[in-house]
Amino acid sequence: MKQFKYLILALLLLPLVLSGCADNRSHSNGVYLLIDTSGTYAEQITKARKIINYLLANLNAGDSLAVAKVESKSFSEKDIVAKVTFDRRPSQANLEKRAFNQKVEAFAKSIKGSAYTDITGGLIQAAEYLNEANPGHKTIIIFSDLQEELGKGTIRDFPIKLTGIRVMAVNVTKLSTDNTDPRRYLDRLAWWEKRVRDAGATEWLVINDLEHLDKILANP
Amino acid sequence: MNNLNSWLFWPDQVALSLLALFFLLTIFLYAARIPAHSVILSVCNLAGHALRFTARWLMVTAEGLRQRNKTVLLAHGQAEVTSQVEREFERVSALVSKELGEYPALQRKMMDELTRIEDDYLKCGEVPPPPPEWVDALSTIANLKSGGDIAKKMLDDLHKSVQKIHDKTISEYRKAYEGRHKILKGLMPLWRSVDKVVKNLDTNMVNLGSNAKAIDAHMTRYEEMRAKTDKSEHTLAISAFVQLGISSLVMLIAVGGAFINFKLIALPMSEMVGASDYITSNLRTSDVAALVIVLMEATMGVFLLESLRITHLFPTIASMNDQLRKRVMWAALILLIILAGIESSLALMRDMLIADKAAMLHDLATVQPIVSDSLLTHIPMIGQMVMGFVLPFVLAFVAIPLEVMVYSLRTVAGVLLVMLMRAISFVLRFSAMILHRLGRILVSVYDISIVLPLLLERWVISLRGSASPKPAKLTPGRAS
Repeated sequence: MKQFKYLILALLLLPLVLSGCADNRSHSNGVYLLIDTSGTYAEQITKARKIINYLLANLNAGDSLAVAKVESKSFSEKDIVAKVTFDRRPSQANLEKRAFNQKVEAFAKSIKGSAYTDITGGLIQAAEYLNEANPGHKTIIIFSDLQEELGKGTIRDFPIKLTGIRVMAVNVTKLSTDNTDPRRYLDRLAWWEKRVRDAGATEWLVINDLEHLDKILANP
Repeated sequence: MNNLNSWLFWPDQVALSLLALFFLLTIFLYAARIPAHSVILSVCNLAGHALRFTARWLMVTAEGLRQRNKTVLLAHGQAEVTSQVEREFERVSALVSKELGEYPALQRKMMDELTRIEDDYLKCGEVPPPPPEWVDALSTIANLKSGGDIAKKMLDDLHKSVQKIHDKTISEYRKAYEGRHKILKGLMPLWRSVDKVVKNLDTNMVNLGSNAKAIDAHMTRYEEMRAKTDKSEHTLAISAFVQLGISSLVMLIAVGGAFINFKLIALPMSEMVGASDYITSNLRTSDVAALVIVLMEATMGVFLLESLRITHLFPTIASMNDQLRKRVMWAALILLIILAGIESSLALMRDMLIADKAAMLHDLATVQPIVSDSLLTHIPMIGQMVMGFVLPFVLAFVAIPLEVMVYSLRTVAGVLLVMLMRAISFVLRFSAMILHRLGRILVSVYDISIVLPLLLERWVISLRGSASPKPAKLTPGRAS
């Protein structure tokens, strides 16, 4: 009878023991999406929504997601359209995803083209957010043509820090000048790759076909 | 190349150096021939003896293990046959006490019914009609000499009377026959009852006979086991292999059921313990929690069947007094019902979560979901709930094949271990034999390498013509 009691006790204590040896490393995903709203690129918002919908459908409970716009000066919290770290419970996470979607919908309706494009400021802001949220896998998505145009007095020509972060450029459209000389487009991509890799990013990826969005959450 | 040069006496003259080296080596080998032979043979013998010793030890250990296996196997078999014989005796006892225990009453009933049948039979005996008395009166009247009309009138009256009596007699006769027929008809149920009783007795006797035959068969097996015959050991070992195969198959099916059970509750468990907690890099806490629930259900099932004395995995439970055992049984049953209820609720929650996610995906796709409230949409949900409630009870029965597997696995593992040890022993003995031969071969090879000095030695000895130093043999032999 004594052995039987011990067995029952062991069974009851099993969940506690299992929780005691839990893996404390974070396995969650953190995605920060930068949306270029400058000039004619603002018209690409429908595609941006497609990416957001993909992320909302595929991110799990406990993951983090933020959407921010890239404007004239983007190193600011006010440029963050919506941000959320989903609840650990799937049902609550679904509610949060719905609320997030509504915010993005409102943003899409109120979008206005800006004069300049501060991608570097957006990257610094994104890295700051992701390092604070500290998910297991950090990803920054730049939804832009990667043509950075800084306003007068904006200083961004200094080394940035993107250690441990994957950076992806999505829907990098060709400018009219790129059509004349494709080397400009390729040089632009190469310049950004170098800048990102020099900043310590773990990966640089360009996705122009939105049918391959599954690469966004394919963690190495 | 430098390494080779270091061995050459004259690096410029390689051939000469090699020849000198060969010459020196031959002299050395010839000089060391006897100790070298001794070393080669000793090493081979030593290794061979070690291998033979190990092989012998393995054989002895295997035999000991086989004997131990046999003892355990026979003891288990004896216990099994004993319980089978006990069960057969219980059946016989039940048959005797239930059917044949009422034999006196049955006999009395049969005697009573037979007496009644006899009485009724006597009653229905045919009673002859009374002799016609009017025949005498008629012959008297017929013998009258005179009478004329008087006689005629008398005869008419007599005719009427006779006719009347005749009708009455016929009527009584028919009534009597009718009564007898009724009595005979009344005998039918009695005959049937007697027939039924006799048939029941016959069936019982046949059952008793088959039980006796089964007991005889069990007793024969038991006697063989008591005699520890190889046949009984072989039979039991084969039986263990078959049982292991069958129980493994059933366990495989049970594992499939457990997997379905797990899948049913893994998703909703994330709602309870969180979906983002991990125990290892690939193992979610919610998955482990679901697995623990499934395993606890199986464990409760094992305890339930154990306390019902269907299985005998835990001697502690088997040796409990009946009151305590019943308490354990009720506790296991209640816990199992609670777990089944939890699982059923989780199955419902799973359906709700999936529906919620589907609705959200529809929202994201900006397509309005088709709202359907028909019975068809509820069937999967109801099915999941029923499965969630029933599967734990189905899993509870896994204790039976588990017990068979545990007991048969011990026998099978023992038999396989003995076979393995014998096989290793054989390989070691074979290797020892090879080593023994190898020693002789190496000695021969050694002699071949110094064949020139040996031939020279033989030639010198033959020149001397003396037999004092024994000539060296060119054939392989023991150096001494």
